[in-house]
This record gives sequence, structure tokens and C-alpha cells, in this order.
Amino acid sequence: MRKVDIALKVCQEVGVSKSEALDMVEDVLEIMKEGLQKGESIKIAGFGNFIVRNKRERKGRNPRTGEEIAITPRRVVTFRPSQLFKKYVNS
Amino acid sequence: MTKAHLIDRLAERVAERTPELSRKQVEQVVNTIFTAIRDSLKKGEKTEIRGFGSFRLRTRQTKEGRNPKTGATVCVPEKRMPFFKAGKEIKELLNQCSNKEGTSHESA
Repeated sequence: MRKVDIALKVCQEVGVSKSEALDMVEDVLEIMKEGLQKGESIKIAGFGNFIVRNKRERKGRNPRTGEEIAITPRRVVTFRPSQLFKKYVNS
Repeated sequence: MTKAHLIDRLAERVAERTPELSRKQVEQVVNTIFTAIRDSLKKGEKTEIRGFGSFRLRTRQTKEGRNPKTGATVCVPEKRMPFFKAGKEIKELLNQCSNKEGTSHESA
């Protein structure tokens, strides 16, 4: 499934035009991205939490050459699915 | 940010563009998006959103576990887990302006 498919669902469920639906899907993604960029976690009940984590510098290896390199400190997004979501995909 | 905040912010944006849309409808939009992703995974189908990331299923194999209370070995059945991988754009977005609170040796 891709963005357009989600927009089509929105279009059917909510009864808005296809272009309006697509605009709103884009908006939602943008709002979420803005939040994450600020370091905010996003909690969606029944779906899961997107959490921004700060990673410290650590050592890694180039898997091809075996050469040791430093992995720079960075921020990453992790997703923790809710209980409901986990149950849902296994039911 | 909770779902309610997300709905608020979407409502603000929509109000400028399409004022005839009710808050109820905006709420429905947000719910539909997450339900659609959930349903696709339930069907075993992945969802890829350009610039954001992808949702797919990972299968955890059966393993031998233990009942922590009695110590009896039990078989934990195979299960499916929703898994999200952040897209390139998000990764870059979070790491531009070179880690504000990190130590200051970027690149090099």
C-alpha cells in the first residue's frame, strides 16, 4: 500500500475529493515529521508510539573491509506498536 | 503529541483550505489513515510511505520460553510483529543542524 491508496480510503470513508484526501494525508505526515524533528514523541492510541531517541557515538565496522569506524551521534525514530496493534496482526 | 493534538493541527491546516470540513470529519481522516496501515499489515501487505518510512511485518519464530514463576519450559508460538523503518528523509530531518545537544565533532 502506498500514499495514494491511503488517500483513496480517506476519500471513501470521509467523503472528500481525492485531491483533498491526498492533501490531508500529506498534512498528517508533515505534522508528524515536524513533531519528530522537534524531538517530540507521537502517541497514537490503538496504533503505537513513535519515539525519538538520541544515540551516542559508538564504534562500528565496515562489514566489507573490517575497518573500524566511528558511528557519529545521531537521533533515530523508533516505533513501538501498541498492544492492540500487535494483537490485531496476530488475530 | 497525541492523536488529539494531531487532529487539532490538521484541523487548523484544513480550515484555511477547506473550511466546510467539520472537526468530526478531520478526526475521521486521521483514524482512517492509521486503520488503513493496520489493515494492510493484517493482510500481510506492507505499506511504504515515501519520505516517511515503511510499515511491515516481522515474524518472530517459535522459541522455548520459561514460566518465570514455575520454571516450566513452555513453547512460545510464532508471532507477527508490526515493524516500522524510518525513511531517509526523516533520518536526515532529525540529524540536520548536526545534533544540537551532541558533542561537537561533526564529519571528519
